[in-house]
Amino acid sequence: MIMESTPQSLTSSGTGKSAKMGSRIGLTQELIVFLLAIALFTYFSLTLDNFLSSANILNLIRNVAMLGMLSLGMAVVVIGRGVDLSLVAVMAVSLTFSIVLANQGYAFSAALVLGLALVIVVAIIMGFLIAYVEIPAIFATLAVSAIVYGLGRGVIATLDVNNVPDNLDWFLFLGRGSFLGIPIPIWLFAISALALYLFLRRTGFGRFIYAIGDNISTARITGIPVRPTIILQYVLSGVMAFLAGCVTAASVASMNMRMVNSTLIYDVLLVVILGGIGLSGGRGGVRNVLVGTVLIGLLLNGMTILDFSYTVQNLVKSTVLLCALIVDALLNPRDEQTSQQGDI
Amino acid sequence: MEAIERLYFRYFPEKLLGEVLTKRWSDNAVPVFATILTISFFLLQNPNFFTLSSLTETSRQLSEFSLIVVAMGIVLLAGGLDLSVGSVFALANITALICIHILGWPVWATVATTLAVGGLCGAVNGFLIGYLRIRAFLTTLVTLIIIRSIVDIILLRYAVEISAVFPESDLWFFIGDGLVFGIPFSFLVAIVVIALWHVILTRARAGWHINAVGGSRRSAYNAGLKVKFTVFTTYVWSSLLTALAGVFFAARLGSAGSDTGAGLEIAALTAAVLGGNSLGGGRGSVIKSVLGAIVVLILTDSMVRVGISGGISSMILGIVLLAVVAIDVRWLKNRHKLLNKVYVSPAYFRLSELPETGAGSGSPYAINDRLKDVSLIGQGEIEGPEDVIFDRNDNLYCPNRHGDIVRFLAPNYKQWEIFAHIGGHPLGMAFDAAENLNVCIGGMGLYQVSPDHTVRKLTDETNRTLLSVIDDSRLKLADDLDIAPDGRIFFSEATIRYDMHDWATDALESRGNGRLICFDPRDRSTKTILRNLQFPNGVCMAGDGQSFFFAETWGCRISRYWFDGPRKGACEVTIPNLPGYPDNINRASDSCFWVALVGMRSPALDLAMRMPSLRKRMAKRVARDQWLFPNINTGCVLKFRPNGEIVESYWDLGGKNHPMVTSMREHKGHLYLGGLYNDRIGRLRLPDADPNWTSQVAYWGANK
Repeated sequence: MIMESTPQSLTSSGTGKSAKMGSRIGLTQELIVFLLAIALFTYFSLTLDNFLSSANILNLIRNVAMLGMLSLGMAVVVIGRGVDLSLVAVMAVSLTFSIVLANQGYAFSAALVLGLALVIVVAIIMGFLIAYVEIPAIFATLAVSAIVYGLGRGVIATLDVNNVPDNLDWFLFLGRGSFLGIPIPIWLFAISALALYLFLRRTGFGRFIYAIGDNISTARITGIPVRPTIILQYVLSGVMAFLAGCVTAASVASMNMRMVNSTLIYDVLLVVILGGIGLSGGRGGVRNVLVGTVLIGLLLNGMTILDFSYTVQNLVKSTVLLCALIVDALLNPRDEQTSQQGDI
Repeated sequence: MEAIERLYFRYFPEKLLGEVLTKRWSDNAVPVFATILTISFFLLQNPNFFTLSSLTETSRQLSEFSLIVVAMGIVLLAGGLDLSVGSVFALANITALICIHILGWPVWATVATTLAVGGLCGAVNGFLIGYLRIRAFLTTLVTLIIIRSIVDIILLRYAVEISAVFPESDLWFFIGDGLVFGIPFSFLVAIVVIALWHVILTRARAGWHINAVGGSRRSAYNAGLKVKFTVFTTYVWSSLLTALAGVFFAARLGSAGSDTGAGLEIAALTAAVLGGNSLGGGRGSVIKSVLGAIVVLILTDSMVRVGISGGISSMILGIVLLAVVAIDVRWLKNRHKLLNKVYVSPAYFRLSELPETGAGSGSPYAINDRLKDVSLIGQGEIEGPEDVIFDRNDNLYCPNRHGDIVRFLAPNYKQWEIFAHIGGHPLGMAFDAAENLNVCIGGMGLYQVSPDHTVRKLTDETNRTLLSVIDDSRLKLADDLDIAPDGRIFFSEATIRYDMHDWATDALESRGNGRLICFDPRDRSTKTILRNLQFPNGVCMAGDGQSFFFAETWGCRISRYWFDGPRKGACEVTIPNLPGYPDNINRASDSCFWVALVGMRSPALDLAMRMPSLRKRMAKRVARDQWLFPNINTGCVLKFRPNGEIVESYWDLGGKNHPMVTSMREHKGHLYLGGLYNDRIGRLRLPDADPNWTSQVAYWGANK
């Protein structure tokens, strides 16, 4: 029962009228978002001159791939009833770390491995703080985000922007190349989406994550290794952030740490929430991320072409996010008798 | 060894430590310590830190920052979180600047508009979080971005205009830079606001509602509080206070920088949690917020002065935030465990050698089987008749566990009725001259039931001891009473540290936790007359109108206290070394006294009383039902003369009818026996006793 978490299974198992209602609306939400995305795409194609140009489509795809990979990482954590606000900081700082190492003479592959190691260490520390010390995930990840960013700005690098060393075509290929006519970032996004899909649906740990997100006390009583699984969630999201960072760095041949101060992390949250992964955990999957990514990617790209200023874009995005939160709250109202104390 | 242990447990303030930990204010110890440490560190580092001019400047910053932290603390207290304070601060700043610089409005209109804008932001947050129940963290994060975007858009349009104009208002200047008796105006306002909020949160209904919602939202909801409205108001207040800080900031600097209030939410959150406000609500105060604000402000200020780069300082703040949240979470989770470990504080107590009780030993305590042939009253129909008593019509009264006083009707005591329902477990009982039944009730206090069944509270509190850490004014375990001829009621309170059902823990401590209290019906005053007694229990007037006997259960002794006459105030031990634990004392027909021994001493426990560290370890490590316990399964009834000489004893060897005797009452040639955990009342014929003697007539006289 706990393991089954697709909307269909909830409906068929008949856990009550409200669950049926919720799942039916949940299904429509995903569908609505998908239809919206198609409508938006058609609208932009018809009204914006540059929208269908190959340069723009490439740009769109690259951004979408990066956003999608980050969202995949966030999705894993949110399904397990957590949240990871450190994604962007980890992404920017780990790649900066790799690049700085490479510029100091390390082989780039070795530097990348060290960067990945940094990500995993940070993720394990963060997961430990959340799972064992029991600090609320939002605080732990927020504070780790600040610490990692401070580490990047104060210790690892002196400059905000660090360029990838020359003659690294194989690396740049990750961001700029294509295979069978489809850009590599999309391949990477697709592969990681498939891998995460298989992980979440077919492996024991994937099922554990759903169980933990659904009801952590029950999961613990059932005998699931709750705490190690929570650490695993954050390691996974960190690895996804690192992958996204590779794609970003490869496509522009540099890594800009100021990205941490942007509202990228809210875009990621937006993708996850709009896609239909409830913040209360245990619901949703990779498909929701794909749908959400397409919509948000289109929206961001369209606004950029329409020449909305950065602030106005932020305003629009955050208003959309707020609306998504309100809809989420109206569709899944929290009950005074069953909601958890101190759940902020 | 024993001497060392005796000295250690007498003088080491372990009990004090445990009691301090029970107080909510003990949470403040860590932030206060952190404040002192930070201030003294930077004082040593940089003596110029505390020059007058720098203090004035710092106090202005502090007044703004502490207002915001107090705002954050209020939201945290109700179980929420407000990350939008930084943006609201910036919005308030820009609103005030536009009103006064560009629109040229008077100061009062500017302040009112700014506060209104702030209140509106808070209302939006409050509506979304309070009424729609969206998660506070995400909601305020989103409103943080939205409001920040609005500020940026406004800035783009008006920043140049704002910096071009200087307002011509002395009042505006005064708000920003004015001094009152050398103290910055904003600082004074902040102090007033903070003091006001302290009063609201600790004394006013609104503040208590906030505490209740944060402490247990579900209970508050079920208790009928307007939970959603309360949450809503916290966000409104938070934004209002932040907007006030924004006004001061605008008046002080008059600058429309784009980084105003950036990162303020993290600093405020760090400060609030560092001060000891709990994430998730229910624990927090204004004082805590202010302490946290001081520490964080000094920390960030000093980092700027020392020249630490922005990256590192954000890292340091992040680490501080993580550390304090970790401490907070672990403290909340483990506080009661720590408390359990240190609260129980046994004392050294050496009893004299156990008196002989062997059959045929010739000792007055020698065991016999005289209680074997009691007849039973109300068997299986009552629970827990701790005491028994008779009125002038021979009806029998006893309490039961359900909080009633039950009356068995004379003459055969087959029929019974509930005389009065009081609640709590009634313990000792006594009739006064006007036939009112006075009752000590565990957990409630001293009550009176008049013959027409009316229940009245006489007292439930006494004077608080000066310098006591735990509040000892409430009566926790009023136990037994007797009434002086002039109407004064003397009663015992067994312990001030534990509730009734934790009597075993008090036995483990065997510390003088109990006291004797006098209630004077003439002016309805209550006064403690004797302290530090080891579980004082039975109280019985000695008959001279000047003194009474009282039993100390864990002390295994009976003492006499003079409350009047030439020896007023004297207290002297009558029977020093009983073989068991004495409970109630009552008068006998031959001018002797009855005392019930609720259980007998055992050599092992007597020895453990001399080893407080053993008992402390036991309390920590052994489950409660495996402790060394005072035995309460074998008891007896003793008769003693006023000079302390034991006359005879009555035992129930098989423990069949009366495994426990906590009280006995002689009435018309019979002895009636009650027991706290019994389901019956025993009745034993006393062949040698005066068949017409009743305690009531003997004490108060025959005529009504």
